[in-house]
Amino acid sequence: MSDLAISVSALSKVYGERQAVAQASFEVPIGSICGFVGPNGSGKTTTMRMLLGLIKPTHGTGTVLGEDIKHPEKYLSQVGAMIEGPAFYPALSGAENLRVLASIGGFSQKRVATLLEQVGLGDRGDSKYKTYSLGMKQRLGIAAALLPQPKLLVLDEPTNGLDPSGIQEIRNLIKAMAKSGTSIFVSSHLLSELEMISDHLVMLREGKVIFTGRTQDLLAAQNPLLVVKPEFGVDLNKLMEIVTKHGKKATVSDGSIIISGAVDWAPSFNRLAFEAGITLGELSVVQPSLEETFFEMTGE
Amino acid sequence: MLGMMFGEIRKLRRKTLLIPTLIGVALLTAFFTSFVFLRVQTGKPNGARGVLITNEFLSGKNGLVYGFQIMGFFLGIVALCVFASQTAQEYSLGTLRNILVRQPSRLKVLLGKYFAMAFFTIWLELAAAIFALSISFALAPRSAISTRAWLTGSGLQLLGETFINIFLGTLAFGTLGMILGLLFRSPITSISIGVLWCLILENILGAVISSTTKWLPGANFANISQGGTSIISYQRSLLTSGSYLLFGAIVVAILFKKRDVSN
Repeated sequence: MSDLAISVSALSKVYGERQAVAQASFEVPIGSICGFVGPNGSGKTTTMRMLLGLIKPTHGTGTVLGEDIKHPEKYLSQVGAMIEGPAFYPALSGAENLRVLASIGGFSQKRVATLLEQVGLGDRGDSKYKTYSLGMKQRLGIAAALLPQPKLLVLDEPTNGLDPSGIQEIRNLIKAMAKSGTSIFVSSHLLSELEMISDHLVMLREGKVIFTGRTQDLLAAQNPLLVVKPEFGVDLNKLMEIVTKHGKKATVSDGSIIISGAVDWAPSFNRLAFEAGITLGELSVVQPSLEETFFEMTGE
Repeated sequence: MLGMMFGEIRKLRRKTLLIPTLIGVALLTAFFTSFVFLRVQTGKPNGARGVLITNEFLSGKNGLVYGFQIMGFFLGIVALCVFASQTAQEYSLGTLRNILVRQPSRLKVLLGKYFAMAFFTIWLELAAAIFALSISFALAPRSAISTRAWLTGSGLQLLGETFINIFLGTLAFGTLGMILGLLFRSPITSISIGVLWCLILENILGAVISSTTKWLPGANFANISQGGTSIISYQRSLLTSGSYLLFGAIVVAILFKKRDVSN
């Protein structure tokens, strides 16, 4: 058995003249939580659909749990998935919806009650799906993905519509699944969420992979940022003038000036501010977050 | 495939589908059967398409199944709607992706769904038969119709044959519904087109150019339910319907297998 949960090489999908996914190559190690990041329309869902056999790649190859993606029947019994939000029968209860899927997949009906408990729907399992809130629908989608006791879990935006405590529950659930040996491939637009749970990342932009590897390696490779905050807000513009006068790149955020690639310049900047009669309330060096790195890399 | 079939049966037995469908079938059966039996002594047309059904005819072995037989066409329309909506809703609800992740063999998905809906058709037909026969037995004495011939060996044999014919005719309508559902991927569109064609357009075509009747799919499906008529033989209807449906089924099965599931 391969030590990769997912491996794709030059995977492409073309719709007419539009290239949804272009020569994507990446690997997801077994047992990892791999975040799948990219702006809307970058090809994340299309890639996930190709991995699940829902759409056929135009070019390229790939394996899931060591099996060729041309033969999804060989691996899908070990894969749980929730793609593009939950989709169920509105007139059936949550439990009945899961029973339908358990029948189709040949899984034990006994798992339904356990899974509903696990995702916090134990007391609403008999309510009709159409009465569920968005967060409850999302939880049911995750419960459905867990039906096969999967070795690989593919989740597309699993925290959509969840409140902060719901997001935390799902985060904990994903971590627990990973701890028990399940590989997780998860996309989310909440990059801070992915930063907290992912040990690997695949970044996509306009269908192309712009980064694939360990989250730590990506963040460590980024230039630290210099964050400067004047004691008095009125001095912000004067400080900004000093920064631009010395040819540094900076942005203003929340009353602070964030200067990139200028950590060595910190002592000189402090002196320049002092000479201009400005007292600094804060002068610190921070590592960029995944979100900042993402925006820098995608140019969004 | 069995898993898919059992999953589909779970959906089909939901109260929101089963109860309204059974009520509809019960009301239609009660209406048509009562109409035939209650008007038999008035001497006015009381059968399908304005035909006069006499007391003598109903006192024969045909009397047992006549009311049930009229329902054949309507059961077909019900089956067309159920098959079309159950198939097309997988696209409109987005549930097809869940199904295909759990059962990647698309042919097994189609066959499992089809067999489940065929079972549903049998239950529906059984209900219609029970309603029609009960009403026939209840109304026969009131209209001085003898039921002696109904329960003879040949009477019961006719009942069995009628049941099979109605099942085949209803299944043919249902298959058409499933084909339309797979083609149009929208319950409303596929049901509208199916019902409009079978109930209205075929009747207009048949009235304007009577020779077309032999070739119209709906007319042939209905003819199977009736066990054949003097206009179209039973065998011819079986062959014509089978050819249409086989061609349609092959086309949509290829489409279903090849199409990307991107909604």
